[in-house]
Amino acid sequence: MSEAATHLYLDGVTVSFDGFKALNDLSLTIERGELRSIIGPNGAGKTTMMDVVTGKTRPDVGTVRFDDRIDLTRLDEPAIAGLGIGRKFQKPTVFENLSVFENLELACKANRNALVCLLARLSREQRAKIEETLETIRLGERRGDLAGALSHGQKQWLEIGMLLIQDAELLLLDEPVAGMTDAETEQTADLIHRLKGEHTLVVVEHDMAFVRALGARVTVLHEGSVLAEGSIDHVQGDPRVVEVYLGR
Amino acid sequence: MEASRQPLLTQAGWARFVLAVFAAAILVPALNLAVDPGSNAHIPDYMIPLLGKYLCFALLAMSLDLVWGYAGILSLGHGAFFALGGYAMGMHMMRAIGDRSVYGNPDLPDFMVFLNWQELPWYWYGFDQFGFAVVMAFLVPGALAFAFGWLAFRSRITGVYFSIISQAMVFALMLAFFRNDFGFGGNNGLTDFKDVLGFDLAAPGTRMALYLLSVAALAGGYLLCRFIVTSKLGRVMLALKDAEPRVRFLGYRPANAKVVAFTASAMLAGIAGALYVPQVGIINPSEFSPAVSIEIAIWVAIGGRGSLYGAIFGAVLVNMAKSYLTGVAAETWLFFLGALFVFVTLFLPKGLVGAATEIRKIGDWLDPTRRAREAGYHV
Repeated sequence: MSEAATHLYLDGVTVSFDGFKALNDLSLTIERGELRSIIGPNGAGKTTMMDVVTGKTRPDVGTVRFDDRIDLTRLDEPAIAGLGIGRKFQKPTVFENLSVFENLELACKANRNALVCLLARLSREQRAKIEETLETIRLGERRGDLAGALSHGQKQWLEIGMLLIQDAELLLLDEPVAGMTDAETEQTADLIHRLKGEHTLVVVEHDMAFVRALGARVTVLHEGSVLAEGSIDHVQGDPRVVEVYLGR
Repeated sequence: MEASRQPLLTQAGWARFVLAVFAAAILVPALNLAVDPGSNAHIPDYMIPLLGKYLCFALLAMSLDLVWGYAGILSLGHGAFFALGGYAMGMHMMRAIGDRSVYGNPDLPDFMVFLNWQELPWYWYGFDQFGFAVVMAFLVPGALAFAFGWLAFRSRITGVYFSIISQAMVFALMLAFFRNDFGFGGNNGLTDFKDVLGFDLAAPGTRMALYLLSVAALAGGYLLCRFIVTSKLGRVMLALKDAEPRVRFLGYRPANAKVVAFTASAMLAGIAGALYVPQVGIINPSEFSPAVSIEIAIWVAIGGRGSLYGAIFGAVLVNMAKSYLTGVAAETWLFFLGALFVFVTLFLPKGLVGAATEIRKIGDWLDPTRRAREAGYHV
């Protein structure tokens, strides 16, 4: 597989719901191995953008390409996940009636066919991978507990762990530190820094302190298109961004 | 540790399984055959097909629990699969009557002679063979479930919408089977069976054999369901119940997992129907009635969803109560069932088994999966 420099490419993407344009001619380019923060007020189209990339929502018009050659608008969610695009939801979404270990097991890279799953066995390598991930997300002690019993922050971590073990090339993280304590937030920033380079990361976040801690290039969305792009200091100094955030 | 899967049952689970099979397959026949009929412990002959019937209902309830309790698919049309399996076996037994029927026509069942049909419809071909009928008893329900499930689940029909169209399916089948020209005996269904594989259906020995086959089918069905729910697919099913979109974003196709579970479940229901019909001696379109399918869901709800054995308890308990109450005061039965259902829904959302698990803290003893977790297996 040739590795294109451009990992994710959106051009002229428009999505409208009943006349309301959630995305309006949005164009965005993410480089391979890049860490990108996306901010914007409520309704700016951040989550819709992720929906479009992961196949949940089909754009009315526009191009969405992965790896510079795969047209994502033609694929459904499982197919896109199979390409190596992982997503963490805004509200932590883990399987509450499965144990922490089993959540990671399901995310583990393996054949997803239903009949193969019926006969699947957990290999030593997979088990080792799960153990390793449990270490990374600091949930080793809780492996046997139902995911529903975890704290909000721990669920966020478990969901991030599921993305890691899925071995996704492109990680879309929707508000990964919402509901986390300061210490957890710091640890998450560390983790994201470690992943950068090996994975391409797109982080949607409201928490400006966290965005600053990430120190990544920032894209500001407003009313479904890009308002500003650059370093955090650059965008925070942009009068249009200030206006959008502080109101007119 | 080598590549592994979750065990079907824990050691304690196996012990209880063997005990239950022993009680049903050895103890019951012994109490019937070896105990003096005057004794209180004696199980009279008429009880044997009745117990066999309960076991068929238990298998049916368990098949529903497999999809409802584990994948969150509330099918209110499972009676269709049960009845189709029953019709397949009924058709064989009709053919086996031969010229001993009222009209004495060796080639046509009575109802066809009555309707002035000259020859056997093509879809009755092969049913003179016992093996063919047995295969059809689970292939036909399986094929219907596959087609129905494939269409419904691919269109992402879930929850109450799925329940409603499953009711529509069973209702449509009922209307079709009520028609005389549909070729399955119309209103009266199929009855007057004489024997199966040459064994007289009225003979105590045949009845005992059918009962024992029901025990074997339920035990085998339980192990098959355990195999499914302890597999990775079983965990995908549980995950679907929790957060279906998440499952999709992990790269699994929910529709495929559901179709597999739904088809397996329908086949088990078909086998239950095929064992039921020779024991009760009749199959008619009322088995396709939407109310019958809802009642199956009530058995499972009362017993407790998501444990398999809860469904078995529920089906057996409710049907024993039904046999008793319809005997002493038939008109109260529906009120009793309704009240029981409301009570369980309000106060015991996890059914009798769930209540037992929680209140009496015998959950660890009862729940094989939790035991496996605690034993450090696959956790």
